[in-house]
Amino acid sequence: MKVSIWRGGKVGRFVAYEVPRLENQTVLDVVTYVQRKLDPSLSYRFSCRVGMCGSCAMTVNGKPRWTCRTHVSKVAVGGTLEIAPLGNLAVIKDLSVDMRVFFDKWAKAGGAFKGDKTRDDDFALIKPADKQRQNANAGIECIGCGVCYAGCDVVRWKPDYLGPAALNRAWTLVNDARDTQGPVRLQLIAGENGCLGCHSQQSCQEHCPKHLSPTASIAGLKRAVSVAALKGRL
Amino acid sequence: MNADLAYADKMDSRLWLIQRITAVVLAVAVVVHLATIIVAVQGGLSAAEIVSRVGGSLGWAMFYGVFVVAAGLHAPIGLRTILREMTPLSPGATNGLMIAFGTVLMGFGFRAVLAFYEMGGG
Ligand code: SF4
Ligand code: SF4
Ligand code: FES
Repeated sequence: MKVSIWRGGKVGRFVAYEVPRLENQTVLDVVTYVQRKLDPSLSYRFSCRVGMCGSCAMTVNGKPRWTCRTHVSKVAVGGTLEIAPLGNLAVIKDLSVDMRVFFDKWAKAGGAFKGDKTRDDDFALIKPADKQRQNANAGIECIGCGVCYAGCDVVRWKPDYLGPAALNRAWTLVNDARDTQGPVRLQLIAGENGCLGCHSQQSCQEHCPKHLSPTASIAGLKRAVSVAALKGRL
Repeated sequence: MNADLAYADKMDSRLWLIQRITAVVLAVAVVVHLATIIVAVQGGLSAAEIVSRVGGSLGWAMFYGVFVVAAGLHAPIGLRTILREMTPLSPGATNGLMIAFGTVLMGFGFRAVLAFYEMGGG
């Protein structure tokens, strides 16, 4: 099978490799084959290989994807693969991108949990059927892979936009009854670089390998911000 | 977070909210406007007919006044977002341009509303 892989940094080029086609082969298997057998200088990232850690995302035939759980059979149009680093992030080398901006934005969006209980307090009791609990549930399985971020047009147009993953994280915390950062967090995520910048076109949702809907989370944040603004709490 | 940023975010949030609210107003206003047109053209359309219906009517003047204000707020806020995403214009320049655009829009709108009102019925 013919595979072209991005080599270099911001400037670079696609290099073609010939990789044996195997059954049940993932895109990550292909990249690993190239690095182990053809060119050990190829840089890329992975860890768990089972879709848990979120480190293996790349652009495969033009679309952002987690590579460890993307089967070649699903994406190799015409039997060829083009593998590039994840979009909307600075390339360090080959298929490795600098994820710092991505995660810094989680911090900027108030992504850290802050409670007011200690180990001596009792557990918080939250019913599974609780509306807020369900809102949080819907967004909580994010693995921080950056696929949604790479697929978001608004991130491309406005590099300061916090992006789907960070905002989705903020929404899970807005719905966390134990968290104490409510109004502070809403101030962090209001504004054009926060949830109000989202166009709701669901590119993030389309690409998210965990089938989350950051778009829905962001819509929730917009409602929360509107209510806060109307009540003069923003 | 620095104070300027907080202020800008506050303004963004207010403008966003104003745009959503004016969108609701416009949705209703446009429906009324279109329905009126459809009903009015049944008997053929003439300037005299329009003036006799709308001219001098305080009700219509108020309706279209609200329409003009909603449009004059809604359009520049939306255009502001587009300009900020798609052009390298500074936030200050964008705001200035959009204030001017909104003013012109409302100016023309009110001019038309007033003219009809002053024409009187018949
Ligand atoms: S829905 Fe919003 S966050 Fe998701 S890709 Fe579109 S603009 Fe980005
Ligand atoms: S929301 Fe989905 S695509 Fe985005 S970082 Fe989380 S798991 Fe990845
Ligand atoms: S290697 Fe961990 S998610 Fe792909």
